[in-house]
Amino acid sequence: MARKGDVVINIERCKGCEVCLTACPHEVLALSNEVNSKGYHYAMKVNSACTGCANCAIVCPDAVITVYREKAVKKA
Amino acid sequence: MAENNLVHPDNLVYEKTSVMTDRVLHYCPGCGHGTAHRLLAEVIDELGIQGETIGVAPVGCSVLAYYYFDVDMQEAAHGRAPAVATGIKRVFPEKFVFTYQGDGDLAAIGTAETIHACNRGENILVVFINNGIYGMTGGQMAPTTLPGMKSSTSPRGRDVATMGNPLKITELVAELPGTYFVTRQSVHAPANARKAKRALKKAMEYQKLNKGTCFVEIVSNCPSGWKMTPAQSNKWMEENMFPYYPLGDIKVPENQ
Ligand SMILES: Cc1ncc(C[n+]2csc(CCOP(=O)(O)OP(=O)(O)O)c2C)c(N)n1
Ligand code: SF4
Ligand code: SF4
Ligand code: SF4
Repeated sequence: MARKGDVVINIERCKGCEVCLTACPHEVLALSNEVNSKGYHYAMKVNSACTGCANCAIVCPDAVITVYREKAVKKA
Repeated sequence: MAENNLVHPDNLVYEKTSVMTDRVLHYCPGCGHGTAHRLLAEVIDELGIQGETIGVAPVGCSVLAYYYFDVDMQEAAHGRAPAVATGIKRVFPEKFVFTYQGDGDLAAIGTAETIHACNRGENILVVFINNGIYGMTGGQMAPTTLPGMKSSTSPRGRDVATMGNPLKITELVAELPGTYFVTRQSVHAPANARKAKRALKKAMEYQKLNKGTCFVEIVSNCPSGWKMTPAQSNKWMEENMFPYYPLGDIKVPENQ
């Protein structure tokens, strides 16, 4: 099974470009209805299917995504 | 949504590199300049050469690149970055020196500097962001604008008969004896961004060998100049820019 992951999005710096949405293989991300102080709809998690693959972070032009991934479990 | 307990430094797999400053990038939403900056900054970070790197910023949208790279930076006059980088590298041959230039900067006003630095084989890295347009000044036609491509100065599309052919300057510099590694990449999708990063890393590492100029083109988007959403611009780029500017290595060192 794929490892579990999580992302933390610095919503104040997000410009709502959606590049991360297209990059995510598990449709974890969508744009918010609310806007940040700059007026941008920001990326947010909409499910818990994240595997921590970092695809979103590597294409984010504004470097706003931090990615976490559970450690690989060693086979007994 | 409930936070799970994965958000812990032990599980960290990706965060913004400290080789990028904390300044908010001034680029338009979805613009590849930001991604290209970050990938290059990650390479500098991973190679541990932050204190040894000197960058030269261009004129164009990335004129403020010196705000974003936390390395020594010098601004050059429009198109002159390879000449300025030549001077820096010759004074500090041990430093890692790069230029970061758009297509208007590198392939229009700076064509002479580009070609001669590459022909002399200056031991620098040239990062070339080709978005087929003058982004900063309002989307005018560039030498790199595709046939039929609309811009503010070719509103009915570039007519090759009167406006000439797009300049494939990357293929051109690959022909010059002074270039050591020449490649064309993109940063709009995860696999491409990872490849581009590997190319930038190789290019930086080659600088230690003193074998000549490394030239990394990044075919990129300009959502504002192209008058598209970022998603549309990336799709348009795949369908129109990549056939004309095919991605991949153009000149690789022998025995590599
Ligand atoms: C000597 C000089 N000529 C013209 C200009 C106007 N100018 C500023 S940026 C630019 C072109 C920028 O286009 P490009 O290099 O493709 O970068 P982009 O903005 O698309 O990233 C021009 C012509 C200038 N600043 N200086
Ligand atoms: S790619 Fe970055 S800036 Fe764009 S929507 Fe996603 S998080 Fe926001
Ligand atoms: S880390 Fe991977 S799975 Fe998780 S949100 Fe980003 S792209 Fe999607
Ligand atoms: S004008 Fe084009 S190249 Fe310049 S920041 Fe905006 S999208 Fe990027």
